[in-house]
This record gives sequence, structure tokens and C-alpha cells, in this order.
Amino acid sequence: MSESAEQQHPIGIYLKIWLLLFVLSTFSYLVDLFHVEGYLRWTLILIFMFLKAGLIVTIFMHVTWERLALKYLLFVPLSAIVVLIILMAMEGDYTFMIREIFFDP
Amino acid sequence: MTIQTDKNTSYAEPGIEGLVADWSSDKQTFDVPWGKLMMWIFLLSDTFIFSIFLTGYMNVRLSQTDNWPNPSEVFALEIAGHHLPLILIAIMTFALITSSGTMAMAVNFAYRGDKRKTVILMALTAALGASFVGMQVFEWTKLIVEEGVRPWSNPMGAAQFGSTFFMITGFHGLHVTAGVIYLSIIARKVARGDYEKKGYAIVEITGLYWHFVDLVWVFIFAFFYLW
Repeated sequence: MSESAEQQHPIGIYLKIWLLLFVLSTFSYLVDLFHVEGYLRWTLILIFMFLKAGLIVTIFMHVTWERLALKYLLFVPLSAIVVLIILMAMEGDYTFMIREIFFDP
Repeated sequence: MTIQTDKNTSYAEPGIEGLVADWSSDKQTFDVPWGKLMMWIFLLSDTFIFSIFLTGYMNVRLSQTDNWPNPSEVFALEIAGHHLPLILIAIMTFALITSSGTMAMAVNFAYRGDKRKTVILMALTAALGASFVGMQVFEWTKLIVEEGVRPWSNPMGAAQFGSTFFMITGFHGLHVTAGVIYLSIIARKVARGDYEKKGYAIVEITGLYWHFVDLVWVFIFAFFYLW
């Protein structure tokens, strides 16, 4: 097993990542505080979200140090979710259109 | 095939050839403790649950024709005479991120065999998790009692706001609560010295669950509170 070899990172890396997550969270909060609107808002929110998620998964959850077999186990199934999101976005738009036509208040 | 032995990757990471070798060799495919693999598979299934919740939320929010309540205003608080939008959610986010940091350090100290620091950091993680749940209880109470938000209606606009809010944050809160209990049990067992012979992989497994809870919050924070 690999545990003994795996856990030789200095504590500092966790403090740095923690600080980075803190800063990124502050940025995403500021997006709301300064009322950034429209596409810029959504882009910024998504960038900060993916950066935070990436840091948590790769460093805190040690995925960087795992074998490729495990990485594929974790990330290949997620493509099904991407498909679901695309389908449901299309379906949601369609339902909205139908409601606008038939249930206009 | 060359196998790198970089200090940063810490042990051989042989890429695609390694992937093929892992699957085709006459041995177990995943070179990790079974508990860790099972936790990963559980987390993968949990990822699907939360993804479906958030996708469902996206779908009802896209298709509703009413006004969606502005979360920035719904979750605003008056603190010392200042009107602060979304402040409680920001504090909750920082509490959860900090708990993730302390958990990562607990895992590190566990593998170094430093029992005392591991237990302290795990207890700190559990305490931060409990404070998160406490703040969520406050948030829910405010929303139900003062704002009159119900799963089927609310005075601010689209009825779907309440149903998705209670379902998604409720399910996440349930995960945090379970995590606090899980952490407390494992911390106590570490303190008692149960893992001195077996090794401390269990702390990493507990950590995986805890980081996942934090990970889900990152997505909820972005899609529900900021969008």
C-alpha cells in the first residue's frame, strides 16, 4: 500500500490552499456585494467555483497523488451528469416557452 | 515504459500504460485500502444525488414564469445597523472552508503518527461543522418564521424557490450533521489508540467525506446563493 509514501507533504501546502480558498470565496462574495450583473457575473461565479472545487478535489482530497485508474473511476461517470444538464436545460427552456404561450398571467 | 519516481508525485504514476496495467494485471485493480475505495464510490454516488438536485433546481428555475426571489436580499442581515447582503452565507462558507483545512491537516498528522494533534484538529473540524449547522438552523428559522417561506409558496415570488431551497440545503445540512457525528466517533477512536496497529487510513477516509461536504457547498453557494 502507498499510504506511508503518500503522506509526506509538508503542512504548509494545506495552509496555502486554505488561504487560496479563502481568497476565492471572498472574491465570489464580492461579485454579489458589488452587484456585478449579467454574463460577467455568471462567468466570474463559475470561474471561482471551478477553481475552488478543483483545489479541494486535487489537493485536499489527494486526487493529484492517486493512480490514473482511480481518477478515471471518479471522472468518467461525471460525463453522464453533463449530458443530463444539457438535456434538462433544453427541456426547461421548452417548458418556459410553452408556459409563456399558454399560461401568460 | 518508463516509470517516473518524482518526489512530488510521491510514487510511480505511470499514466495510460499504468491504467491498462492496473486493470489487466492479475491483482486488485485499485491500489488503495478497500475502505478508501468504498468511500470514493459512495462519494461518486452522492455526487450524482446532488447533481440531480441541482439540475432539478436549474430546470424549475428556467421554466418558471414568476419572479425568482433575489437570494442576495432574501439572505441579507442587519448587523449593527448595517444592511449586509448574504453575510450569513459568507460566514458559513468560511466556516466550512476552514474546517476543510483543519481536516486536511488532521489527515497529514495522522499519517505522521501524531495522535494528539490529529485528535485536536478533528475535534476542531467537528466544532466548525457543528457551528455551520447552527448557523443553518438560524437561517432556516429566519426564513420560515420571519419571511414566511414554505416549500409550496413564499411572499417574494416563485413557489419553486422554497421547495428547491429546503430540499437542497436540507440534504446538505443532513450531510454536515452526519459528518460531525462521524468525525466525533473517529476522533474518539483515534484518541483511544484503536488505530495504532491498523494504521491511520481511516482518518483519510473520514477526511474524504468531509471535503466532499465542503465541495458540495461550493456548488450550492455558487448556483443557489450567487446565481
